[in-house]
Amino acid sequence: MKSLPITIDSVSKAYGAYVALDDVSLDVQAGEFLTLLGPSGSGKTTLLMALAGFVRPDSGKLLLGDRDVTRLAPNKRDIGIVFQNYALFPHMSVLANVEYPLALRKTPKAEARQRALDTLARVKLEGLSERNIAALSGGQRQRVALARAIVFEPRVMLMDEPLSALDKNLRETMQYEIRRLHDDLGITTIYVTHDQREALTMSDRVAVMNSGRIQQIDTPQRIYDRPSTRFVAEFMGEANIVPPGSVRRVDGADASRETVMIRAESLHLDAKLVGRNGVALEGILRAKAFRGENWLLTLALDGGQEVLVCIPAALAGGCAELVVGQRVTAYAPAEKVHAIPGAIA
Amino acid sequence: MTAIVDPALAADARRERRFFLSLSLPALFIVGLAAILPILWIIRQSFLTTGGEYTVGNYEKVLSSGLTWSALLTTLELSLGTLVICILLGTPLALALASARPRVANLLMAFVMLPLWTSILVRTYGWLVLLRRDGLINAALTGSGLTAEPLPLVYNFTGTLIGMVHYMLPLFLLPVYAAMRDIDANLVRAAASMGATLGHVIRTVILPLSAGGIFSGSMIVFIYTIGFFITPAVLGGGKVNPLSIRIERTLSTFQDWGSASVLGILLLVLMALIGVMFLAARRLMARNKVGAAHA
Repeated sequence: MKSLPITIDSVSKAYGAYVALDDVSLDVQAGEFLTLLGPSGSGKTTLLMALAGFVRPDSGKLLLGDRDVTRLAPNKRDIGIVFQNYALFPHMSVLANVEYPLALRKTPKAEARQRALDTLARVKLEGLSERNIAALSGGQRQRVALARAIVFEPRVMLMDEPLSALDKNLRETMQYEIRRLHDDLGITTIYVTHDQREALTMSDRVAVMNSGRIQQIDTPQRIYDRPSTRFVAEFMGEANIVPPGSVRRVDGADASRETVMIRAESLHLDAKLVGRNGVALEGILRAKAFRGENWLLTLALDGGQEVLVCIPAALAGGCAELVVGQRVTAYAPAEKVHAIPGAIA
Repeated sequence: MTAIVDPALAADARRERRFFLSLSLPALFIVGLAAILPILWIIRQSFLTTGGEYTVGNYEKVLSSGLTWSALLTTLELSLGTLVICILLGTPLALALASARPRVANLLMAFVMLPLWTSILVRTYGWLVLLRRDGLINAALTGSGLTAEPLPLVYNFTGTLIGMVHYMLPLFLLPVYAAMRDIDANLVRAAASMGATLGHVIRTVILPLSAGGIFSGSMIVFIYTIGFFITPAVLGGGKVNPLSIRIERTLSTFQDWGSASVLGILLLVLMALIGVMFLAARRLMARNKVGAAHA
């Protein structure tokens, strides 16, 4: 199956005074798994719906391969979509739901049935084909929705928070399965979520969106370790934004003159873990909490700034003895100290 | 209401249920007084001669009369005709309302509901003004040269049908509109994304999912129109005589309470039969719900 690249070129969309998409451009390669990540209202779903054809951009262009689809009707785009609430037809059986797109394409009945059954087997729903949709669990519905979206071999797939209704364990299983399915089929996929961990786990690249703009597009690792804006830094996890004066080099050399981001889990209490070019932060212990797999310490730096320190339980020898109010120094390796241009702590 | 398992609380739960049931007593009392008693009285009446003696003569007389059967036929023709037109006009209208933006939908709904807020007598005479030989519609038709002669639009079956459709359309529309509005918009989008044209979407998604509403609407139309009196009386001009008119005529012209009662019972039986038919059909539909899929 040949998948297509997607080009989003300066797309804008406003609803009255509210700007949902503000000059968004994005290139998705053929076969890529790209996630649009952002808080609600960031424009990620609007962008997805524009690609699907349910939202018409005010300006800009959308291309699937070389084909301009900006003004093409949704039913002519050949895009597989998995909706947030699955959008399965409640008046049809599982099999009929999956056969639906094939029936529309006038696929011969016997062939359609065989393909639907094969696709159901692919998503591990063998034996449930005659079931009523109402008789399925959330996870099973999710799988039917997936099967229905891939059975007609679309060359692009869009997924709108498909796992948000599932419980945590099931969500993790499905993350893995969706990614495996993507790797098997090689369909160019745009996945929308507000869950940063899900985005990091599943994607080739992540586009972080906020107020209708793409803040950063990068690999999961770079998005996490090298955020380009303060918003991205804070949205992706526990980020300490530290002003220039509060950081010193362990070896006494001059410290950076920029505002930096240090993730809570990059900080240690043991200077030996960070090397000579690492940095140190000093402050008063404000609170400590044991969270099972780690300890979470809150330090107040001398400038009043609060910093979170997350110590894995395996390395947290001294944490239990720390007393709130005592002075503590936390260390971070140089490569985990990331300058954020223009950010003010 | 939650299920209570603790046996100590079961007595409380029972008392609560009894209390809620008791709330229906005033309504039950009125129904008993205003519906059950008169029906029993009519049944008794149908077996009495004018002199007050027991007889089955009323039944023999009514059921052997050709007028009764032609009235029955007219009744069914009017009801079925109204139903068919309501389905043909009301279903697309409900679809338009359900897919309109909320503000537009509310405005259109107000127009649809307007007739319901007006007295049926006023509305029926309103139609008379419009449909008469020298009424507005015929004046416009002949004035513009579209027709040479005024069309016979009233004092006949056509006029009666127009009046009945006008009355029933909002009542048919409401359940259909409600069913269509409750359809998840994502279902329509999902169908479109898989390649369905608007026609496909309507046929394979919207109509099957609003079948319940169309069904309820049809039942309302049928049950209401079976007993319609004012519209055929005013717009039928004496030429359209359903059972309701025959009953009135039997009473006002012949003061024959026995025969009128028999006719009333006939009407009642007809309604019950149609009700049972609808319910049976609905059950059948529910059973066959799964598997009806192919586009």
